[in-house]
Amino acid sequence: MSTKFVIEGLKSTIEGKEILKGINLEIKGGEIHAIMGPNGTGKSTLASTLMGHPKYEVTAGKVTLNDEDVLEMAVDERARAGLFLAMQYPSEIAGVTNSDFLRSAINARREEGNEISLIKFIRQMESKMKELEMNPEFAHRYLNEGFSGGEKKRNEILQMMLLEPKIVILDEIDSGLDIDALKIVANGVNAMRSEERGFLIITHYQRLLNYVKPDFVHVMMQGRIVKSGGPELAERLEAEGYDWVKEELGIVDETVGQEA
Amino acid sequence: MTTQTTLPVDTETLTALSKSKQEPAWLTESRTKALELAGQLELPKVEKTRIDRWNLQNYGSYKQSGLIKSVDELPESVRNLIQANENSNLIVQRNSSVVFTKLSEDLKGKGVIFTDLETAVREHGDLVKAHLFTAVKADENKVTALHVALWNGGVFLYVPKNVEVDVPLQAVFFNDDASATFAPHVLLIADSNSRVTYVDNYLSNGTNGELVHNGIVEVFVKSGAKVQYATVHAMSEQTTELTYRRAVLDNDANIEWIVGEMNNGNTMSDTHSLLKGNGSNSDTKVIAVGSGSQKLNYTTRANHFGKSSESQMITRAVMREEASAIINGITKIEKGATKANGEQTEKVLMLSPKARGDANPILLIDEDDVKAGHAASVGQVNVEQIYYLMSRGISREEAERLVIYGFLAPVVSEIPLELLQNQLQTLVEGKLGQ
Ligand SMILES: Nc1ncnc2c1ncn2[C@@H]1O[C@H](COP(=O)(O)OP(=O)(O)O)[C@@H](O)[C@H]1O
Ligand SMILES: [Mg+2]
Repeated sequence: MSTKFVIEGLKSTIEGKEILKGINLEIKGGEIHAIMGPNGTGKSTLASTLMGHPKYEVTAGKVTLNDEDVLEMAVDERARAGLFLAMQYPSEIAGVTNSDFLRSAINARREEGNEISLIKFIRQMESKMKELEMNPEFAHRYLNEGFSGGEKKRNEILQMMLLEPKIVILDEIDSGLDIDALKIVANGVNAMRSEERGFLIITHYQRLLNYVKPDFVHVMMQGRIVKSGGPELAERLEAEGYDWVKEELGIVDETVGQEA
Repeated sequence: MTTQTTLPVDTETLTALSKSKQEPAWLTESRTKALELAGQLELPKVEKTRIDRWNLQNYGSYKQSGLIKSVDELPESVRNLIQANENSNLIVQRNSSVVFTKLSEDLKGKGVIFTDLETAVREHGDLVKAHLFTAVKADENKVTALHVALWNGGVFLYVPKNVEVDVPLQAVFFNDDASATFAPHVLLIADSNSRVTYVDNYLSNGTNGELVHNGIVEVFVKSGAKVQYATVHAMSEQTTELTYRRAVLDNDANIEWIVGEMNNGNTMSDTHSLLKGNGSNSDTKVIAVGSGSQKLNYTTRANHFGKSSESQMITRAVMREEASAIINGITKIEKGATKANGEQTEKVLMLSPKARGDANPILLIDEDDVKAGHAASVGQVNVEQIYYLMSRGISREEAERLVIYGFLAPVVSEIPLELLQNQLQTLVEGKLGQ
């Protein structure tokens, strides 16, 4: 079955403040959607709400992945159902090596007694690390601990490549990357493009979209998708900024949840 | 005012027992004097812990266990802890006495002495007498006094000058009869420029009642010698444990303490290095897991006297259910210990709302030209970390397990002996209910 991820009327709050004010979006396998928008408009909140971060409470709406109710699932179940979120700020976990973590994540998708063999795992991990031009030493480092911003982002992409999700959400994967790293990450994403897999790329720059061509571009402001279009929309935003969108829609403050 | 005047034994009984074991007069006297002290001294002052409310009556009475010929006669729980082969060096104490001793021909040939302490008193009296109870003294408090009066079995390990022992020597102290006094004393002397690794395990199981384990360890590290001392405690819920471990370091001497606090009952332990020599070095690592309604008090200490002496102390404790731990680190640098350096870290991870942890780092510095530092933290499992792991498909249980092991890993991964690492791993799993 080809992948279908549907978000309908999704609202969520953090600490009682409503941030998402009704999001509608449908992502099919093979499609790349980009969500763009200035800081503080609710983009990460959307990503975290979809993944099930415990601080966010869904107050309305529905999310399905291949007709399965995502909002009913615990965070780990969502992941095993095929959802993947490359986080804007990945956690650092001292004492847990990157490779132990990755192996646990892979095995979590497999039946007990059918765990991936160590050799096969190492081979897979090393080949993907090579593609991402990561130093092999990172396998034995503690998870994200002391990684630079760019190293953390590559490590997120490494996880995506090893876990082969159906829906990939990339939250600001391009921030903190120099142009070479950006290309490597983009190559990683492009290598994972497939008819079975949908992408939601969150960014506030057009930069990454030069390397990963989106099919749809959405602008987020005030916790809503306020404008949608094709790749040309991203180009115009890059050239002219967001002010014209605000003017067109009569928006003064595009942020959400930051009342004085 | 004395809080507890009833003593577990009277002078006549203690004297008669000492005589029946053919102990030398000096030892009989040391015991009876200590018993007298025990009647006068108070319990030790233990930071934020009312040990006077603990069950400290159950010392039982001396019970000799029969010698065994082979480790096969030991219970499985003990056999699991040891690797017995031709080259192994092992002492096993059961209840009040040592039942098995083995030292390889190779080490015997090098002049290493490894025997129970009661035998050592008879066969190496001068050496024992010159050291016994000079690091931890009877008159410190009621607990040390009672130990000096009642100690039994125990281990004496002597490594001659320049001898480097490259296999670990092991002792197992186990109790399966709560009515038997269980008070082993370990005396370890590493003579100049020698090297040795010693590992011991404490366990009680199938005990038929409440038990007090009052233990003392004294380690003398002579100039240039290096001692690695690993100790793992897994006593039952019905055992209350009071332990003093103390090392005295000469010039350029080196000790590494590795302590696994995996008891199931109330525990007070105090691991202390006296850095008397210039250039001496002490490294202490403690990992602990508390469960049930355990009350725990762990102290690590380093006292710097020698110039350029260095100490590092790390304690990592995980508390679950209603366990509570007070963790003290005390680095003391005396006047004249120039260029000394003392570092300590205490961290507690609490897994349940009812678990308690308290870390008290203390630096006492009487010299200007030194370095010292401390760090302490007490916290719960980080929800962001659990979320991150779960977002990769890892179950909550497994995510918590990873975070907890990750918390202990910096200590566990430094443990030099694989057997011990595995033992600790198993004990940690058991204590975490996995
Ligand atoms: N942890 C938090 N606590 C309280 N409010 C928050 C928190 N995180 C985000 N918010 C609120 O949500 C708004 C949107 O944040 P976010 O979704 O991170 O925006 P974006 O990713 O678009 O920059 C912020 O402006 C802030 O007011
Ligand atoms: Mg964001």
